[in-house]
Amino acid sequence: MGPEGMRFVDEYRDREKAQALAANIATLVEPGRRYGLMEICGGHTHTIYKHGIEDYLPEEVQLVHGPGCPVCVIPMGRVDDAIWIAEQEGVIMTSFGDLLRVPGARGSFLDAKARGADIQMVYSPLDSLRIARSNPDRRVVFMAIGFETTTPSTAMTVLRAAAEGLENFSVFCNHVTIIPALEAILASPDLHIDGFIGPGHVSTVIGCEPYRFIAEKHGRPFVVAGFEPLDILQAIQMLLLQLRDGRSEVENQYTRVVPWEGNQRALQAIDEVMEPRPTFEWRGLGWIPDSAMRIREKYARFDAERVFDVPATRVADPPACQCGEVLRGTIKPWECKVFGTACTPETPIGTCMVSSEGACAAYYNFGRFTRLRVRQAGSA
Amino acid sequence: MCLGIPGEVLTLDVERPGMATVNVGGARRQVNVMLIEEDGVQPGDWVLIHVGFALAKIDEEEAQLTLSYLEEMGQAYRDELQALAESRID
Ligand code: SF4
Repeated sequence: MGPEGMRFVDEYRDREKAQALAANIATLVEPGRRYGLMEICGGHTHTIYKHGIEDYLPEEVQLVHGPGCPVCVIPMGRVDDAIWIAEQEGVIMTSFGDLLRVPGARGSFLDAKARGADIQMVYSPLDSLRIARSNPDRRVVFMAIGFETTTPSTAMTVLRAAAEGLENFSVFCNHVTIIPALEAILASPDLHIDGFIGPGHVSTVIGCEPYRFIAEKHGRPFVVAGFEPLDILQAIQMLLLQLRDGRSEVENQYTRVVPWEGNQRALQAIDEVMEPRPTFEWRGLGWIPDSAMRIREKYARFDAERVFDVPATRVADPPACQCGEVLRGTIKPWECKVFGTACTPETPIGTCMVSSEGACAAYYNFGRFTRLRVRQAGSA
Repeated sequence: MCLGIPGEVLTLDVERPGMATVNVGGARRQVNVMLIEEDGVQPGDWVLIHVGFALAKIDEEEAQLTLSYLEEMGQAYRDELQALAESRID
């Protein structure tokens, strides 16, 4: 059976390569065996849906969408805390645009802005620094989110603020780390994952070595991959080759960008400014030890959690929301009861619908009836 | 925020060490290049930029590949470019 995703083939300049990969992937699969492969990064999820990669795979291979979208995993309580900070006297809250629609228990940044809070969108934490410099009578806070891809930027910005002696700048630090999240997923009893497609950009910073425990301790192959459709197909091929041969190793498909040892300068900057938190809440996944960073004591005056008396709100996820199951890969986005009805990108209930890299939004935006989906709907 | 955008280094900023002027999608932008290791960057190098910081040096072919991938992303990439256009890092 040839690949059916004509849209992808027509759009893509390397159609022959893609078809050759798909054909080769088909030969690596043992009929009847189920292969669950998790793509960790939201960027990969986006490519997979946008290009209908699932249509290229034999039915035995199922892609599971992992927790690697930072917007999707931020818990409601942290959004509420950030809004609380934004509403304090004299505060300018600055945030990446991706986060503005993320709902907390009291609405989103956009709602708070409508109520009068001064919330400004920035592209870079360095923009927040500039806003702080030009508003010396205001207290400027940067809402820091992201995995190791954005953490070094926040750290560098704090170092810069310290060097300049800025008094009115602080960071509300929500940076999360990928390895503990993967450990938590690997420890979950309903795990059906045979291999991992590793994140491209995060690995640019942390390198490939930290994933070794997944291969060695958990016996699961791990392939760091780029973001092109061909990259993902190639990574899937590499995973299936390992599984066929009974190997479990860390491999790097994205050597064009990712050095095996990562970016040491970026890691040093993070380590200088931040330390792991004992525990941190992930939307849908719950509390995970050592899974996030906070500002070190040494830089306390740039830590919004020390500068302000942050309430540390804890809010349960909304009962209708099944993002946790989506993030662990136990259900597909469209199997959530409110998918596409009560929960859409305009009125998201769960965070997976907010970011374009969230599995639910990616599926909603590029939603198409894949073979897999038609069959599952038929057998439900 | 998670998108890595390729840019070509035009000049290194003499007055502000660690900053460079980079051509990103046809526009000149200030980018922090202090995270690039070893011999740093030179004019003509391509870098992958995340939220105002160059995180990795890449070759031109990879840059073009990434650019075409980003263009296919549509709105998410346009939003990021728009945010970058409004950014005034110094
Ligand atoms: S459809 Fe909405 S509520 Fe359901 S899992 Fe997705 S984001 Fe969460």
